[in-house]
Amino acid sequence: MTGRRGLLPPVRQASAIPGFGLALGYSLTWLSLIVLVPLAVLVFRALELGPGELWRIIGDDRTRAALRVSFGLSFLAAIVNAFAGLLVAWVLVRYRFPGRRLLDALVDLPFALPTAVAGIALTALYAPNGWLGSLLAPIGVKVAYTQLGIFIALVFIGLPFVVRTLQPVLDDIDHEVEEAAATLGAGRRQTVFQVLLPTIVPAWLTGFALALARAVGEYGSVIFIAGNIPYVSEIAPLLIIIRLEEFNYAGATAIATAMLAISFVLLLIINLLQGWTRRRLGYV
Amino acid sequence: MSKHRDVTQEKPLVQLLLIIAVTLFLGIFLVLPLVIVFVEAFRNGFQTYLAALGDPESLAAIRLTLLVAAIAVPANLIFGVAASWAIAKFEFPGKSVLNTLIDIPFSVSPVISGLIYVLLFGAQGVLGPWLEAHGIKIIFAVPGIVLATMFVTFPFVARELIPLMQQQGTRDEEMALSLGASGFKTFLQVTLPNIKWGLLYGVLLCNARAMGEFGAVSVVSGHIRGLTNTMPLQVEILYNEYAFAAAFAVASLLAMLALLTLVMKSLLEWRYGAELAARKRRP
Repeated sequence: MTGRRGLLPPVRQASAIPGFGLALGYSLTWLSLIVLVPLAVLVFRALELGPGELWRIIGDDRTRAALRVSFGLSFLAAIVNAFAGLLVAWVLVRYRFPGRRLLDALVDLPFALPTAVAGIALTALYAPNGWLGSLLAPIGVKVAYTQLGIFIALVFIGLPFVVRTLQPVLDDIDHEVEEAAATLGAGRRQTVFQVLLPTIVPAWLTGFALALARAVGEYGSVIFIAGNIPYVSEIAPLLIIIRLEEFNYAGATAIATAMLAISFVLLLIINLLQGWTRRRLGYV
Repeated sequence: MSKHRDVTQEKPLVQLLLIIAVTLFLGIFLVLPLVIVFVEAFRNGFQTYLAALGDPESLAAIRLTLLVAAIAVPANLIFGVAASWAIAKFEFPGKSVLNTLIDIPFSVSPVISGLIYVLLFGAQGVLGPWLEAHGIKIIFAVPGIVLATMFVTFPFVARELIPLMQQQGTRDEEMALSLGASGFKTFLQVTLPNIKWGLLYGVLLCNARAMGEFGAVSVVSGHIRGLTNTMPLQVEILYNEYAFAAAFAVASLLAMLALLTLVMKSLLEWRYGAELAARKRRP
């Protein structure tokens, strides 16, 4: 083995630590069995359908409507999350006030609360006779069983992703940079918006992407509040389940493939944006 | 108070307004949903609440949820330890690819996570005919639920352990080995004490998701009452039958689990923050 050194990278660095073969072998086998092989079956099934058939199913009006609802509302929710999450992270990191730790812990609630529980709780709150729904009804705002309801559920589920991504970055901001900006005559607003916030853009994009990815696939917290009216408030994951219940495996496979493909492209774009902002900021 | 205001802070009034805004937002947006679960659960009194939980179908759902978590969490725990051992303690080509592959389940919709097992093991699935000929039921049965749960919770333990073990390096282990300890003994007495809080942290999050998973399990369960309904599925069924108090009663147990998870997670972060490398990495 050592003879190959210099020509090819060694299979692994020489180490006194035992168990490499066992640990890696076990990990790879388990990863393949639980994750890779089942996912490969989805890809295989999609290839089996062929591009024509895939396109026909995805081009179907109801599928297109469901994909539009899922991706459109997820995008809006992720944008709102980006701003709400930034505000929450800012306040939690930079200010000291009683109850801060409690609020900080609460941010993870949407993540810890099972989605079905979140779904029925949000529905009960925002239904026309619910605590919040009854306040909104007189001003003509209907939340539950509309697209607005889906949007609310997606904001709920995505919030922790932005906050948790931004907190460590805000924490790391060097106070000297702010002092320098202030010394050079920048007002507080100028310092915040022109000096501090630009440095967190890459992390902000990461938080946005995580919230978006989560929202696109979200099912449990949405279906109770959505109303699930085809063409209007039916999300793509629900349509997959409906197709499966009709034993229409091809339909389910095609929608799932479309979802994964669109998500992949979106995440790729966000990744490129991230790279671009990093380069602009001058760190790689 | 000095007239010189800290130039790296907003004006006190701005701070106060922002704090109030965030508190109100989190209160209405996050706390109210939690509160209403308990309000609705106890709407018809404590007796009805207990009766709803004592219902045989609800009890079966609780048992199944515990069973599924009891299989899926240890399985992911073992995987997490093995994967982080390989990734953190050794250098090998393809390491970053492996690292990325472990995260895949986080970016796949829960519904798709269920779907892939139906495509593999379902009646019309790749292995469906073979399984049927041998009388093995995976989809619409407990094994499918366990598999789907394992998939969605797959990365949790590994995600916490890999950065932690990478940060700790291999020095402690090498020392123990050079003093003559066996590999297994080194792991038990040197590595494990070093990673125990991170391990617990990962298990905590993994368990919360395993017990609360809805989408993936919903696809593979078949919703057979008393047999393949986990607690979240039982909540759905009761809710769709307009048995709201009962639905919220079962939901309240899951909400308590969520609260317990949050409390323990926060305690770990406050007390052992330094020993959790992955702290605040991801919710």
